[in-house]
Amino acid sequence: MNTDLYTYCLRLGDNGLILSHRIAEYCSKGPHLEEDLAITNVGLDLLGQAESFLKYAADIKGGGLTEDDLAFRRKEHEYLCVHLTEIPNIDYAYILARQFLMDVYHFYLYKKLVAIEDPIISGIAAKAIKEVNYHLQRSTDWVIRLGNGTDESSQRIQEAFYNIWMYTDELFETDDIEKNLEKKNLGVTSSSLKKDWEVKVKEVFALAGLSIPSITKHSLGYGKYGIHTEYLGYLLAEMQHLNLLYPDAKW
Amino acid sequence: MSTDNQGILWEVFVQPKPGKPHKHVGSLHAYDKEMAMKAARDLYTRRQEGCGIWIVKADDVISSQSTDAEAFFDPADDKIYRHPTFYKIPDGVKHI
Repeated sequence: MNTDLYTYCLRLGDNGLILSHRIAEYCSKGPHLEEDLAITNVGLDLLGQAESFLKYAADIKGGGLTEDDLAFRRKEHEYLCVHLTEIPNIDYAYILARQFLMDVYHFYLYKKLVAIEDPIISGIAAKAIKEVNYHLQRSTDWVIRLGNGTDESSQRIQEAFYNIWMYTDELFETDDIEKNLEKKNLGVTSSSLKKDWEVKVKEVFALAGLSIPSITKHSLGYGKYGIHTEYLGYLLAEMQHLNLLYPDAKW
Repeated sequence: MSTDNQGILWEVFVQPKPGKPHKHVGSLHAYDKEMAMKAARDLYTRRQEGCGIWIVKADDVISSQSTDAEAFFDPADDKIYRHPTFYKIPDGVKHI
């Protein structure tokens, strides 16, 4: 088994899985009907991407493991999502700020993954990039709207970015697993995405009249290594409880 | 859900296939054209319903009044000959 590739797929899948669950929690609570549906659609796209990556991870591991086992039957420290995906839905400004930062990240990540040699990962990325392209258009539009909206809207979106900015550091954290995969053209290092990400974020912030917070580092451990924020445990408790109550249930 | 002002009402038309006419599929609320287009995409085209979208402000749609229905539409009731259904179609003619 290629353990590097397995871990890499879990990281890719878990980012989508946990972020999609956060969005699912918000279903029916959106600011208005159209936006409620739109953001939930984004969550469903992310869940589809996560399913593909986790299925591939399950296939790599073998032994009859499925994507459902990986999604619902791992312990907290076995999830490898970044901290940014875990933060709660404090209000719609936070949801959009989190989404925008992840959309920019996913956009440049998938753009690079399309070109790698692993046919499954590049195939998932090729399908996902169209979805993410739209997600990014949407969240960019909202950030600019809120930034240029009323005094309250610009202040609240700025505050949301300020308070979650410390989680962006992890997006570009790179370890030997990523370096090894990049050498074989089977993956990309997260650090290689930083420049494009920063350029895009700066461009949108300028259009929105927002300022880039300066704090970055917040933690000695990172989600991608299995060390999580306090928020993930509660999220998993809810996400996994049905599976715990009715293991292998079918409908 | 907020009961605040949710923007203007728009009517959405989706083209099911290239070359086919756009059909009315429903309406939505949005503050401007760009937001209306994104909302229409998310509300009405997620299940392969179409390949094109038209949106117009509901205010700009001129609609007939139900009080005019008698004068407008009833006179056609006894004039079924306005449909070309009384012609004999020769055998072998297809696509009519």
